[in-house]
Amino acid sequence: MTELKLPSIDYPAIAPILIMLGVALLGVLVEAFVPRRRRHLVQLTLSLLAVLAALVMVVLNADARLVTAGGALAVDGPTLFLQGTILVLAAMSLLLIGERSVERGGAFVAQAAVTAESADDRQQAEGRNGATEVYPLTSFAIGGMLIFVAANDLLTMFIALEVFSLPLYLLCALARRRRLLSQEAAMKYFLLGAYASAFFLFGVALVYGFTAGIPGRSAGVDFATVHAAVSESPASDVLLYAGMALIAIGLLFKAAAAPFHVWTPDVYQGAPTPVTGFMAACTKVAAFGALLRVFHVAFDRAAWDFTPVLGVVAVLTMLVGAVLAVTQTDIKRLLAYSSIANAGYLLVGVLAPTGAGVSGTMFYLAAYGFSVLAAFAVVTLVRDADGEATHLSRWAGLGRRSPFYAGVFTFILLAFAGIPLTSGFMSKFAVFGPALESGHAWLVVAGVLTSMVLAFPYLRVVVMMWLSEPGESTPTVAVPGGLTATALMIGVAATLILGVVPAPLLDLATDAAAFVR
Amino acid sequence: MSNFPFLSVLTVAPLVGALVVAFLPRRRPDLAKQVAFGWSLLVLALSVVMWVAFQADGDRLQFRESYPWIPTWDVNFTFAVDGIALVMLMLIAVLVPLVILASWHDADASKRSVPAYFALLLVLESTMIGVFAAADVFLFYVFFEVMLVPMYFLIGSYGGHQRQYAAVKFFLYSLVGGLFMLAAVIGLWVVGGKTFDWQTLTQVDISTGTERWLFLGFFLAFAIKAPFFPFHTWLPDAGRAAPAGAAALLVGVLDKVGTFGILRYCLPLFPEASKWFAPWALALGLIGILYAALLAVGQSDLKRLVSYTSIAHFGFIGVGIFAFTTQAGTGAVLYMLNHGLATGLLFLVVGMLIARRGSSLISDFGGAGKLVPLLAGVLFFAGLASLALPGTAPFVSEFLVLIGTFTVNKPVAVIATLGIILAAAYVLWMVQRTTQGTLNPELTEVKAMHRDLTLREKAVVAPLIALILLLGFYPKPVTDVINPAVQATMQDVGKTDPAPEVGSVQEAAK
Repeated sequence: MTELKLPSIDYPAIAPILIMLGVALLGVLVEAFVPRRRRHLVQLTLSLLAVLAALVMVVLNADARLVTAGGALAVDGPTLFLQGTILVLAAMSLLLIGERSVERGGAFVAQAAVTAESADDRQQAEGRNGATEVYPLTSFAIGGMLIFVAANDLLTMFIALEVFSLPLYLLCALARRRRLLSQEAAMKYFLLGAYASAFFLFGVALVYGFTAGIPGRSAGVDFATVHAAVSESPASDVLLYAGMALIAIGLLFKAAAAPFHVWTPDVYQGAPTPVTGFMAACTKVAAFGALLRVFHVAFDRAAWDFTPVLGVVAVLTMLVGAVLAVTQTDIKRLLAYSSIANAGYLLVGVLAPTGAGVSGTMFYLAAYGFSVLAAFAVVTLVRDADGEATHLSRWAGLGRRSPFYAGVFTFILLAFAGIPLTSGFMSKFAVFGPALESGHAWLVVAGVLTSMVLAFPYLRVVVMMWLSEPGESTPTVAVPGGLTATALMIGVAATLILGVVPAPLLDLATDAAAFVR
Repeated sequence: MSNFPFLSVLTVAPLVGALVVAFLPRRRPDLAKQVAFGWSLLVLALSVVMWVAFQADGDRLQFRESYPWIPTWDVNFTFAVDGIALVMLMLIAVLVPLVILASWHDADASKRSVPAYFALLLVLESTMIGVFAAADVFLFYVFFEVMLVPMYFLIGSYGGHQRQYAAVKFFLYSLVGGLFMLAAVIGLWVVGGKTFDWQTLTQVDISTGTERWLFLGFFLAFAIKAPFFPFHTWLPDAGRAAPAGAAALLVGVLDKVGTFGILRYCLPLFPEASKWFAPWALALGLIGILYAALLAVGQSDLKRLVSYTSIAHFGFIGVGIFAFTTQAGTGAVLYMLNHGLATGLLFLVVGMLIARRGSSLISDFGGAGKLVPLLAGVLFFAGLASLALPGTAPFVSEFLVLIGTFTVNKPVAVIATLGIILAAAYVLWMVQRTTQGTLNPELTEVKAMHRDLTLREKAVVAPLIALILLLGFYPKPVTDVINPAVQATMQDVGKTDPAPEVGSVQEAAK
């Protein structure tokens, strides 16, 4: 019997992942042993410290370019850049999640098991402290995302996908108010997400079959083997195409690309707003990180085959997002469709088979994450007695009631619309430039045309806020607690700074654009 | 003195002023007005110094400054002006203080913050200067787009009837053009070897097909901005809704970015495509001259009427540019300046009339000259300048455009001349229906209609009238500055002026 050989593991390189998952487990213990009234503070501090520690480790690893844990994880430029991005955005999300002064007890339900709309439910909605389980759940999700962008084989990627998806399904169901909507969102997200995972797994199996029979290599789903198999495998290409398509479906679902986007508006609307922000920012980074790695490392030699298909998906995504955003009357749904359209622009960057394409996409992800979190932070503040007032008609005249927050939101909308001197413009340039360079002029034209359409809903909100008179039902803007204010300011400052001096982050992304295989 | 960083200082100064004004207390609107006015006078003083320091016979681009911005894409803060841009900068510097003075009470009536209005005007000045001073295509694009934001809020927050509709229409039209240009800017960057430097890009050879697409991307943005027929429908709405001061800047300066962009970007960067598209552009110009003039005749609203007259004038400018002769080109640039002065004056005077009457409908006036003779006289003068009466500045430019075009393309020149007749029609009818004839009895009941020009208003119109007359009789100081820049542009396109002899005319028309 041969001795089992353990793979060598570079612990410092994967420390960010270990810290996040370790603290998530610790958080579970805190739930069990720390008195209820102290849990919120302990949990929040713990998860924030974990994110900061993980971020420090990412920075310390900055020069690492290696494959470790038996080929399961790749710690290279894109991994570190995306992990850093996820962690910074996660820290902002945690600040929003931890906010308790805007609404008594926080944005989360006190006991998720209470029947919605019952007397108990009304009582908890009145101000019992929200569940603190959200912190370990969030930490698990962050840990899963960190693995997802580092995964160097398809199976690890699948497990990471599940690790970060399951907590998200739960988090979606935990809104304090409008519980039915929230539970419906979680149910939809879970069911469709389960399908997507199944597609992904089936795709992995097909690709595994495809890799069998390469001379001098055993079958496997690590990216190096898949990369070799694309040109050398004697197996039928049908396996490759089917496998690639199914894997792409799994990933595009998470990325909210059309036609796998249908869950997005419902989930964004139903989930507690801090969680929506977390999903819009961090999940997007993780999903596109995985897309970049799969299509630039594993399937890069099949670029001729997948580019037209994914290009069509990108155009469709932009169109669906932009056109349907025009018809929305709820600010959270509007932001959801805008995030779908942005997924289309990001795909344009993914499809540029160059380092500039990778760095442009990564820059876009970071810039968009900051803006979208700031946008949702403002959404948490605009409220009346029944919680957040998300219907657009309620935002009329907001500029008169609270010019500061309306101004901030206007600025973010201008960034979404891609007006210069905001990060939105720079990131559009960062993905359209490489796309045009690679000859994808049609994608750029589609991007430009949909941007025009998309400008209209944004402008409508601006008009609503500034040029309409405030009505009786115009809600007030709550004074944000320190946590929300910090997150909001970070997001707005980043949107401005990345729009005026994008060079440092662009250089960082450019330096980090090379994958290891 | 020419080492002084004129252009970056000129761009930044109004922005700093805007910040100062914006943070003044809302309760002290007069202080905000005074600071804003003083600030704009400082900018004017600096611009005058720059005008003196400019050497007309020197390099094509002067006062060049360059600071790195985004090295990864080779984007720089590069500023430089040629004669054309210099003239436009002077126009901005002259108009903004006058507009601030003319808008002294415009924001008082609205419920909005008064300091914010003047801060927005200064932000607008900063972006307008930036757009003319930029010599980096990326930087130009940034200013081109950002310029929309202050104007959007000026119209949307402080405008009159249907301001929301007009503001959104203005923004969306401009944004659509801007996004087409963005695609073309990125395309230019890729084919031009990843640089945005204007001077480097003029040396790049581009394949015919690509060049035409890129030209279209830029031209569309500029044609919407200018606006040329058939992209003009936003201007009458915006012009009508905007407060008079903002409207004067809108048609006086902002729209010139379109024609300036064609001269600075379309012709030198895409010379072959410019020649290929020239007949189409000439046709758009001609249609604009006649169509907008006819519509102007039929307007019942004073501000819409003035907006349509400027669309007609932009047709002249377009014809002047695409005739590809130095005379016509110089005429077009001179027209850009003179139109800014004349239409700016017309808008401001019309604004004064409307402010008194409380209505912009022509039918609400009639015989107003009997109540406010001085104001009516200034309106008459502004109208005459608008229809390019000899002795006023626009005559020189219109004449230059027409004879410059005539030497190479007689039919175009002849058709364009019809525009002069129509101009006389819309201006004289407008003047007749508002200030001449029998006194409209309703007018006498409006108290404000009995007050003629105040000292402040005289201070607004006097410099403009003086400049229009001065440049009407002695345009040489300006043409001297414009001529070399236009000649250089025509060389970029590869067009030489026809030799002044009979017989060679048809050849050059090709």
